[in-house]
Amino acid sequence: MFRDITLGQYFPGNSIVHRLDPRFKIIMTVIFIVTLFIGQSAVSLELGGVFCVMAIVLSRIPWKLILKSLKPIVLILVITSLLNLFFIKDGLPVFEWRFIKITETGINTSVFMVVRIALLIAGTSLLTYTTSPIMLTDAIESLLSPLKAVRFPVHDLAMMMTIALRFVPTLIEETDKIMSAQKARGVDLDGGKIMDRIRSVVPIIIPLFVSAVRRAGELATAMECRCYRGGVGRTKMRSLKFGPADIIALLISIYFLAAVIFVNAKL
Amino acid sequence: MAILKTEQLTYTYSQGSPFEKTAVDNVDIEIEEGEFVGVIGHTGSGKSTLVQHFNGLLRPTSGRVLLDGKDIWEDKKNIRTVRFRVGLVFQYPEYQLFEETVYRDIAFGPRNMGLSDAEIDSRVRSTAMAVGLSDDILERSPFELSGGQKRRAAIAGVLAMYPQVLILDEPTAGLDPKGRDMILSQIEDYHKRSGCTVLLVSHSMEDVAKFATKILVMNESRLFCYDTPQAVFKRSEEIYDMGLSVPQITRVFDIMKKRGFDIHDEIYTVKYAVELVANELRKKGRL
Repeated sequence: MFRDITLGQYFPGNSIVHRLDPRFKIIMTVIFIVTLFIGQSAVSLELGGVFCVMAIVLSRIPWKLILKSLKPIVLILVITSLLNLFFIKDGLPVFEWRFIKITETGINTSVFMVVRIALLIAGTSLLTYTTSPIMLTDAIESLLSPLKAVRFPVHDLAMMMTIALRFVPTLIEETDKIMSAQKARGVDLDGGKIMDRIRSVVPIIIPLFVSAVRRAGELATAMECRCYRGGVGRTKMRSLKFGPADIIALLISIYFLAAVIFVNAKL
Repeated sequence: MAILKTEQLTYTYSQGSPFEKTAVDNVDIEIEEGEFVGVIGHTGSGKSTLVQHFNGLLRPTSGRVLLDGKDIWEDKKNIRTVRFRVGLVFQYPEYQLFEETVYRDIAFGPRNMGLSDAEIDSRVRSTAMAVGLSDDILERSPFELSGGQKRRAAIAGVLAMYPQVLILDEPTAGLDPKGRDMILSQIEDYHKRSGCTVLLVSHSMEDVAKFATKILVMNESRLFCYDTPQAVFKRSEEIYDMGLSVPQITRVFDIMKKRGFDIHDEIYTVKYAVELVANELRKKGRL
């Protein structure tokens, strides 16, 4: 059951979007989010949509996956649209029945909000679909490195993130294994009353904790054996380099941001 | 009738994703009751995946698994009963220990079966004895035990369910030779005493050859063969080419055959080899 969960949901590939410098991708994602949020009109949302669709097409990520990333927020989308639909009372009424009053502004706002949230999620999941978790942490470390000046432990933070990400699949696999082993001894994980279900988690949690602690100890020893002393003077095997393609991509996203600002100013 | 049977059993991991992999490919097999089966194959040959189908931990992508002639997936609600009848000891089973005392950990399976306290007590004590754990160990925390003791306690946890079919996935991995021999001989004793069917997954041909009445060889997700040790080791060259070892003694006699020694039989245990050589020498009057 856990095998289907892939954290960060990285979808390996070799498209132009995959190959972009992860730092630029993070910045572009931030610009994209800003673009969506300062946009006031349908035109600005269309611009955001064009940018997003363009990126998805270039990334060659299957549309099915993009839709899958929207699945967890379906409920939020529905609630948002209903709230906007029923509680915006100004504008031309389209439909009226007792206390329910749906106006043109209500319809417009609710569509606007839903599209905006959907674009937001689709765009940001494109970042994690096309960038491996390790690349992401590298990029975050690099982007945060100015904070080193104020003694912020950037390296340690990045190392912790890397290790945490590194151990997610291991722990998932371990959980899977322990669950299978306890199921083989007759644990019923799928049915039963609430109390039975809670009790049936104990045989899984305890061995999982024991092994996580053991692994952490082993990893610490292994790192010390290889003379790890923190970030000072440490070099990287894959150093991040940016090229013309990265700059062009960044310029395109800035162009879209500028366009939205321009559209806003015209309103 | 065969106790365990598979029909065109196929299992694919992560179907439909880029990580898709067929781990078991179209396996047909029939295992008779009371057999001691050695399951061998490379890492990643699909042997662990195959045995997890026998107690319904994995559901076949296609094909069927039959226990006593009945499809185990016919009624999903019965799958727990199947798990009590087919005991599976995982690799490194000591990592599944969780109770406060060894006693309670061994009792976990029987308790899930809903047995009476008296029955549980007698089962725990007799299986603990069978794997050589003394009474004072039963009252200790499983986390205080040595590696070998933990392993045996975990195996006892499955044995205490008195399964009709006992499957062990590399029960000796990571143990020293003494611990390994101890566990293997205890398993053999248990097999003889209870008459249950045993499947021992291993990549040590040596271990398998010593005890198995049948050998099942998996190679690249497919069933390579399922036969008596004699018949399997007759194909020792093929097995060797697969990257699996054959027992050292078989290898020695293969080389002797190549050098022109007149040996007709398949040799896979040292005991038999000694007998054969002694007979030969006797014939020549040198012994």
